[in-house]
Amino acid sequence: MSIYAYLVAGYLVLIGSYGIVRSRHMVHAVVSLSVAQGGTYVLLLAVGYQRGATAPVFGSTTKPSTDVVDPVVQAMTLTDIVVSATVTALLLALAVQVNKRHGTVDPDELAALKG
Amino acid sequence: MTRRTRLVVFLVGAGCVTAMFVLAVLGMPEFGGSHHVYRDLAVHAAVKHRTANVVSSVNFDQRAVDTFGEETILITSVVAAAVLLRPAKGETERRIPQTGRNLAGTRLLGYVLVPITAIVGLDLVIHGHVTPGGGFQGGIVLATGLHLLYVTGSYPALDRLRPIAAFDVTDALGAATFGAVGLAGLGFAGSFLTNVMPWGTFGQLFSGGTVPVLNVAVGLEVFGGIVVLLAKFLEQDITVASSGKEGES
Repeated sequence: MSIYAYLVAGYLVLIGSYGIVRSRHMVHAVVSLSVAQGGTYVLLLAVGYQRGATAPVFGSTTKPSTDVVDPVVQAMTLTDIVVSATVTALLLALAVQVNKRHGTVDPDELAALKG
Repeated sequence: MTRRTRLVVFLVGAGCVTAMFVLAVLGMPEFGGSHHVYRDLAVHAAVKHRTANVVSSVNFDQRAVDTFGEETILITSVVAAAVLLRPAKGETERRIPQTGRNLAGTRLLGYVLVPITAIVGLDLVIHGHVTPGGGFQGGIVLATGLHLLYVTGSYPALDRLRPIAAFDVTDALGAATFGAVGLAGLGFAGSFLTNVMPWGTFGQLFSGGTVPVLNVAVGLEVFGGIVVLLAKFLEQDITVASSGKEGES
């Protein structure tokens, strides 16, 4: 099953989006978004994977000529995680504010604009 | 839009995405294969710049400008969350309530783990260019270690050990250091974030040029940022009381 990892990535993105669509609670929606973002990590790491290769950190036991997995996608995954963490923090802060202003955390009850 | 319509719209869209995604995946290079063009280039560049951790080299040397943008995102979102979470009209900061009861074992474990986590975090930051780790990871470990004090049940202890103003400055200082190293590259080597330091010896603490400096800068920033962020969320829960009907719980 050589495409198994890619399918897991796609599944995570879709199931996360489904969670956001069906959400009745903002914190639930934020967590669903995190699940969807998890799919992007799996996709990036799967792209860079090589069978039998080791981590891209060299030392006395790992000579620079050894086969390593792709460090570029790993660095991108790191960026991805940092950005996703900040987005999560910001959305949760917004959820706290919405709860204070409107007294609800159900996205469906926020249809009307209110100053 | 009713929930039903929304679901139908989503399912149609998800079906299209699934079809295209599967088609794309079937056309991709084989999973786990040995053909990685960027890997070869990145490893070559990292070894040339004597950075043992290639991921750090990619983040802080080869794509350092991207990381500068990324840490700007981090500091912006910390500022934004702090603005959103300030005490609103009709809310006052109340006295910190008495700490809850906790098992003695939990407390002991918390106090024992605080210094250990701090050392692990510092190690991750400082050796981020020779061993797995780096500024982002180390900063998170440091910030988490500090919050073990909260797990031990003593919010006042955490509050004493964590002057928010100081961590605001840490956060800004980290970001400013990153910018300053970038400007030094612009001034001495001709372009932003170009290395200006000696390359050092491969695998030693002093190696990789500016990579360890940037690692420490990012470590400081992440540490400060996450501490401020968590402090704001904890304040919402613990010390901010609203004058409305739900404030007394």
